[in-house]
Amino acid sequence: MTSEKKCFAHGRATDMTDSSITTPLSAEPKLETAIERMRRHDRLVLALRLAVLVFLIGGWELGVRVGLIDPFFFGQPSGIVVKLIDWFQNGTSIGPLWKQIAVTIYEAGAGFLIGAVMGILCGIALGRNQLLSDVFSIYIKVANSIPRVVLGSIFIVALGLGAASKIALAVVMVFFVVFANAFQGVREADKNLIANARILGASNWQMTRAVVIPSALSWILASLHVSFGFALVGAIVGEFLGAREGMGLLIATAQGSFDSNGVFAAMIVIAVVALAAEWLLTMLENRLLTWRPEATIND
Amino acid sequence: MTSPSAIELKHVARRFVTPAGEILSALEDFDLSIAPGEFMAIVGPTGCGKSTTLGLIAGLARPQAGEVTLFDKKVDGVDRRVGFVFQQDAVFPWRDVLHNVMAGPLFRGTPKDKAEAEARDWIVRVGLKGFEGHHPHQLSGGMRKRVALAQTFINNPQVLLMDEPFSALDVQTRELMQEELLQLWAHAKSAVLFVTHDLDEAILLADRVAVLTTRPARVKSVHTIDLPRPRDVATLRYDERFIAIARKISDDLREEVLRARAGH
Repeated sequence: MTSEKKCFAHGRATDMTDSSITTPLSAEPKLETAIERMRRHDRLVLALRLAVLVFLIGGWELGVRVGLIDPFFFGQPSGIVVKLIDWFQNGTSIGPLWKQIAVTIYEAGAGFLIGAVMGILCGIALGRNQLLSDVFSIYIKVANSIPRVVLGSIFIVALGLGAASKIALAVVMVFFVVFANAFQGVREADKNLIANARILGASNWQMTRAVVIPSALSWILASLHVSFGFALVGAIVGEFLGAREGMGLLIATAQGSFDSNGVFAAMIVIAVVALAAEWLLTMLENRLLTWRPEATIND
Repeated sequence: MTSPSAIELKHVARRFVTPAGEILSALEDFDLSIAPGEFMAIVGPTGCGKSTTLGLIAGLARPQAGEVTLFDKKVDGVDRRVGFVFQQDAVFPWRDVLHNVMAGPLFRGTPKDKAEAEARDWIVRVGLKGFEGHHPHQLSGGMRKRVALAQTFINNPQVLLMDEPFSALDVQTRELMQEELLQLWAHAKSAVLFVTHDLDEAILLADRVAVLTTRPARVKSVHTIDLPRPRDVATLRYDERFIAIARKISDDLREEVLRARAGH
């Protein structure tokens, strides 16, 4: 034991003398090892992530195979994959898969755009006008406290089974989030910047354009990230409640026929849509906020 | 009649209502007069209402009593002849240097190409050539102050208000900026009201230094600084005349600072 320890200690000692000889030569190898260490860390993270995925999916599949998990209720990964392939090749029970995806994207996208534009306009208007905000703030608070999904039923009754009712629900879901952020962003605009712009000669409208909107923009963009997800929820819940096509109807149909794999397969499709939208919004954000300091490695 | 003062405050009062419902008086019976082209500095205990005074002259706030005039005209809202340099960074972080400097002329309706030509000229004058495309976060504190100076001077202000503009800078940068300001001022010939808590800075820069009392602020005394111009900011503070003036004003100021401490 002791001799082994000694040996080990000795090995370390030689190691140290080795490195102390090599390091003073130049600073570059040190930087390279730092970059190498970062890359190694990245690879490790990636490998561990894959391991977690394999463990979860594999565990699920294995659980089904050995009889611990009932695939009738909880589905089965291989079954989900088979279902997805079947949908892509032969279409779903309510029509081609791409059509359902397109319908849901259209409803969520239209609702998102309308809701976001309305939210931004109202947020800026109320943020800039004390009287308007004093009058309407109470109503917005009340409206915001109502669980808005319930409005879906009203919209189906009023606007029918088509896209309009889903878009309306998505608009309502998106509006309040974007509105609240735009309003807050306007209110948080730096008082010094506003005073400076006024003295430099800005009119009210110039002030809104040159100071208020740019400073509210990071708030607004942050809310857009969250609210596209809400738009998707609005569209799907709307389709759930009553529709002729769309991913929500596909889920409702799968549920009706006790097809758990179908529900999971639809969920995966929706997740892919949501991730794609998130990616697009991040691109937009990076383009609009180029003036922000870039994150450094030390951050 | 003598020519009108660039800035004149007569019996001005500015009071605030505190959240507790009490009335807090920042300025009371405040008199001050600054001639066209004169450089006036005001010093006083912290929180005595120096910034409040500037806000009244800039038209950002209104007095509850008395009168503030610029060239015999009563201040009513923001006046186009006024320039203001703030203590904190007030340049627009989302605009590059060129567009920050262009802001004033564009707000005031100058055509875009003319505004850009003027801005490029001012960027050279404050020593920022080559940084036109940089955003404020890419610049040092001193460089951001240069942007602020160019942004203000491009509007050719006849009245220039400065609220502790260099207090956030390190000593070396501050000296450079003081020098720079004196040169810009020598060309622009605006009346300057320069608020500072740094007595040395006040004496180095100003024609006259006003000492304010503790709150509610009044002008306690005004000292004429008869040091010759152009002044060398780096060496003047070791001059005997400078030291004599500094000692005199410092005694005056200390009295107020002690009174402020005793009162609060």
